[in-house]
Amino acid sequence: MVTNEASMKRNGIQDYVSTRTTAAIMTAFTFFMVYFFVTTPVITFEVWQSLFANIYMKAFTLATLISIMIHVRIGLWQVLTDYVKPTGLRAGLQYVLNLIAFAYVAVGLFVLWGV
Amino acid sequence: MMLDFSIYRYNPDVDDAPKMRDYQLEVEDGQDMMVLDALIALKEKDPTLSFRRSCREGVCGSDGMNMNGKNGLACITPLSSLRKGKIVVRPLPGLPVVRDLVVDLTQFYTQYEKIKPFLINDDKQPPAREFIQSQEDRAKLDGLYECILCACCSSACPSFWWNPDKFIGPAGLLHAYRFLIDSRDTATDERLNNLDDAFSVFRCHSIMNCVSVCPKGLNPTKAIGQIKSMLLQRAV
Repeated sequence: MVTNEASMKRNGIQDYVSTRTTAAIMTAFTFFMVYFFVTTPVITFEVWQSLFANIYMKAFTLATLISIMIHVRIGLWQVLTDYVKPTGLRAGLQYVLNLIAFAYVAVGLFVLWGV
Repeated sequence: MMLDFSIYRYNPDVDDAPKMRDYQLEVEDGQDMMVLDALIALKEKDPTLSFRRSCREGVCGSDGMNMNGKNGLACITPLSSLRKGKIVVRPLPGLPVVRDLVVDLTQFYTQYEKIKPFLINDDKQPPAREFIQSQEDRAKLDGLYECILCACCSSACPSFWWNPDKFIGPAGLLHAYRFLIDSRDTATDERLNNLDDAFSVFRCHSIMNCVSVCPKGLNPTKAIGQIKSMLLQRAV
C-alpha cells in the first residue's frame, strides 16, 4: 500500500526516509569539503571561486542546502512537538524557524548564481 | 552495616509537594539483599511507605521503580549492584504518582491496548486443538514474548515522556512486533495501518534507553526498527 506522502501533513515514513536521504547528501558534502581542504595545498580566492564555478559543484551545493532545509524542517517539527505544547506558540516558532531555514537556501542560491 | 536510603515520598491527599525522606537500615556485614527486601524491611518501620510488589522474583513486573537513577525491578536488583553511598529510590519517571513509589499506569496500558495485544486470525476453520507453528516461526517470537509489562522501558523513554498519548512506547511496540511476525496472526496489514503515522512508531529515535533498563534483557529498539522496516517496505 502506498501512503499519501505528497501531503503537507507529517507522515512518519516520509519523514523517516527524508531525514536519512538528506543526511546522506549532507554527509557526502561534508566529506567532499574535508577532502578538498586536505588535498588543496593553498586555497586562494581563485581556487575557491573555480571550485564553485563548476556546474556540478553548484548542483551539489544546492542539493545540500535544500537537504539541510528539509532535514531542519522535520527535526524542528519533532523537537517542537516534544517540548512546546501550546499550539499557537509552536506554530509561530515553526513558521519563523522554517522561514530562516528557507532564507539559508535562498541566500545560498543567489551566492551560487553569482559565482 | 548501616545502609542509607533516600526514598521519594508523596501522598497527594496530604502533601503539598513530593519530598525525599532519608531512612537507615541495619544489615549484617557481608549480607546482600534485593532492593525490594530492603523496602519491605523499611515498611515495617514506617508502614506509610507505599510501593507495589507481588511475585518478588521478577515475573509479575509490579515493582518497577527508579533506583539510583536507573529503572529496574526492585525484586531482582541486589543492593550490591547499586553504587556505594546513599541508595536513592524514586517512582518510575514520567508517570503520574499515585502515592510514594506507586505510579498510575493508565497511559501505559492505553498505549498497550492500541496495538491489539492478542492473536487475530481470520481463518475460517482454525485447528480444533493445537495451532502448530514450525520451529523457525516459533523462534521468531523469542526475545519478544518474554516482556512482563513492568513499564521500566517506556518510563525511561523521553519520547514517551513528551508524547504519552501518541507514542506507543517501547513496551507496546515490542508486543506489536511480537504479533506482527507471528505466523498464526493474519492481521498484519491492519496492525501496520494502526501504526502508520508520525507518532506511534516513528517517535522512537533509537536512543536505546529501553534496552539499557529492561530487566528481562530484551531489545525493544530492535523490534521497533523491524516495525519501521515493515512500514517502509510496504510504502515504497
